[in-house]
Amino acid sequence: MEQPFDLTLIWAVIIAFGVMMYVLMDGFDLGQGILFPFAPDEHYRDVMMNSVAPVWDGNETWLVLGGAGLLAAFPLVYSVFLPALYIGVFLLLAGLIFRGVAFEFRFKAKTSRYLWNWAFAGGSTVAAFAQGAVVGAYIQGFATENFRYVGGAFDWLTPFTVITGLGLVAGYALLGATWLIMKSEGEVQQWAYKLTPRLLLAVLVVFAVISVYTPFVDPKVMERWFSGLSFIWLLPLLALYCAWSIYRSVQKQQEGLPFVATMGLFLFTYLGLLASKWPYMVPPDYTLWDAASAYESQLFLLLGFLFVIPIVLAYTAWTYWVFRGKVKATGYH
Amino acid sequence: MELDPLLLSRIQFAFVVCFHAIFPVFTIGLASFIAVLEALSFKTGQPVWQRLSKFWIQVFAVVFGMGVVSGIVMSFQFGTNWSNFSYATANFLGPVLSYEVVTAFFLEAAFLGVLLFGRDKVPQGVHLFAAIMVALGTFISSFWILSANSLMQTPGGLELREGMYHVVSWSQALFTPSFGYRFLHMALASFLTAALVVAGVSAWFILQKREFDSNRKALSIALWMLLILAPMQVVVGDFHGLNTLEHQPMKVAAMEGNWQTDTGVPLLLFAIPDQAAQTNHFEVGIPNLASYILTHDWQGEVPGLNEVAPEMQPPVFLVFWSFRIMVAMGLLMVFFGLAGWVLRYRQKYHQSRWFLQSLRWMSLTPFIAVLAGWVVTEAGRAPWLIYEQMTHAEGLTPSLTGGMALFTLIGYVVVYSLVFSAGVYYLLKVFRGGLEKANQPHEQDEVERAKRPFSAAHASLEGEN
Repeated sequence: MEQPFDLTLIWAVIIAFGVMMYVLMDGFDLGQGILFPFAPDEHYRDVMMNSVAPVWDGNETWLVLGGAGLLAAFPLVYSVFLPALYIGVFLLLAGLIFRGVAFEFRFKAKTSRYLWNWAFAGGSTVAAFAQGAVVGAYIQGFATENFRYVGGAFDWLTPFTVITGLGLVAGYALLGATWLIMKSEGEVQQWAYKLTPRLLLAVLVVFAVISVYTPFVDPKVMERWFSGLSFIWLLPLLALYCAWSIYRSVQKQQEGLPFVATMGLFLFTYLGLLASKWPYMVPPDYTLWDAASAYESQLFLLLGFLFVIPIVLAYTAWTYWVFRGKVKATGYH
Repeated sequence: MELDPLLLSRIQFAFVVCFHAIFPVFTIGLASFIAVLEALSFKTGQPVWQRLSKFWIQVFAVVFGMGVVSGIVMSFQFGTNWSNFSYATANFLGPVLSYEVVTAFFLEAAFLGVLLFGRDKVPQGVHLFAAIMVALGTFISSFWILSANSLMQTPGGLELREGMYHVVSWSQALFTPSFGYRFLHMALASFLTAALVVAGVSAWFILQKREFDSNRKALSIALWMLLILAPMQVVVGDFHGLNTLEHQPMKVAAMEGNWQTDTGVPLLLFAIPDQAAQTNHFEVGIPNLASYILTHDWQGEVPGLNEVAPEMQPPVFLVFWSFRIMVAMGLLMVFFGLAGWVLRYRQKYHQSRWFLQSLRWMSLTPFIAVLAGWVVTEAGRAPWLIYEQMTHAEGLTPSLTGGMALFTLIGYVVVYSLVFSAGVYYLLKVFRGGLEKANQPHEQDEVERAKRPFSAAHASLEGEN
């Protein structure tokens, strides 16, 4: 059936953008949880939690949108990934629940505060790890037959996915630390400055391992990168430039640039990953066109999105503006 | 014993959805109540409305937070345990759920922040606007999700091609024959839930002689709502039942415990349905009344469960008794609405101790009624996942094993029990703190205020506040 526009391609861009938005936005607040156990005292933890408290649940709404959007535009991804990652999805959700509740209860608790600290740290770390493992499982591919997942419960858990899981934990911690540089002052900010280079080093090491490992996991990736020099080699170079710029801006004690450069590092790594797997959406067998929903459903949702999303972005921006400014330990402005 | 992934998945879904449902059903009604309080405050400038609003916003915050947390799980349940169903219905279900997120969830999340923490940061009119947007968001959300559920009950506007449903008419798919009744029934249920909780909590405060003037006003509003809405709900429920009779006769047969298609069928007040023997034990009924209610004819014919094979019947005992529990709760609500009215004309509704004490307990009834009602409609659809199109077994994830399903079932029960006990415990503390605590000037600063739902509530988690 010939259609005037390739809506599948448009939806692939939208979903890719949505995933990136989620990773960047929930990344920095999951990062606070990952760094939580390393904070010197409760005062640091108060500031860390406050820095993300007004926005974190809006950020997680992007995750719900990601789930629903995938079902709408690429149902095959939804109906293969979720059964294949069954146990991982449970861990992810349990992690998100515990950290979500910890946000609410930690400030109310006195003697049990340490419990909520652990709930926040544990929940955030498990959620970040599970998300990283999902990326690894995507690179590995899934056992499918006739558009159904046919593998086992733990096919997703391999040494490779453990490394990608740890990689995302380190990556989110880096996002969290650079976010904290931007949103805090004084000793908390100095602590975040000190952490950032170490986290950057950890991230680069894991990313290097993954980059070397990936072509061996999937021969298609090997072919894509090593069958001749193409423009995609720019992506890792840009990612490295971002890493260097994080290092430099921390040396110079700049406030905003470390966070922006970290977002750049994530963006170019992510684009590199997409370039590796393109056009496979449910590897190794199904492309994005195989995974897509019906044309009329994609159109029905797209028309609504064009109208609604600008409104959503407008009022979301407005609430960020209402609660603008640095987070302090005591008092308000 | 062989673990059955189908049974375990059904138990798991029932558990997570029931757990989740009690929060939105309360917040939908409460959001409107808060918007009304804010509007009264804006219009009259009387401090009493703001005092009430500040307290109920705290309650709203805690309940909404629990709803959000448990709701995230729901959007993944379809894929993890019912992937064949998700894949087959994705062309409809995907856009509907996505619309719910972009038109409702973002609206609620953004304006809730302003409602909870923006009182001093934005003008009063903008704050009122935020309250209205949150209330609107809750309704938009229920529109989409009930549309999705109605399609599973009374499918329409779809065409099956190569294993996937395609939407041939969006208006028919979104507004299926049962949608209007379901939406009205749930909207009234939400308002009744808010009315009864507000009534119960206000009655408790009045009994303790706390903030008498404010709480009497809240109680008065709640009792007016109860008086008007409870009888309306009975009528709407009746129409919903007639709609079900037309489109899902086996569900009605199970609700009535009617095994044989017959004329002049009695309304059973009590019975022990026995699915194995395909009959009831210990029947007590009112002759011909079921025929009259369902067909408006004392001799009307009512369909019986014998019209389908036993394995295609819904679980009769469960549906039969859940239906009776729901109706009993509804009748209790009508009674208390009328009792409040009578007492009002004797100027005694805020003095009668038995009435105020009973209202405390009545605040549990809407939750029981809503859960029982959903059991009737969901279990009554069995064995169908999409009525007369796809069974539960056909919708299940093929790769799911009993062990996996058991693992997550236990996991969700443990996680939810922890979260739920903490939430209820904390909610009770907010109630104990009352209007006084909610209206204390707050010297505590940014550290104490995480700017998230629960942070709007000022009670401490342990000890005496």
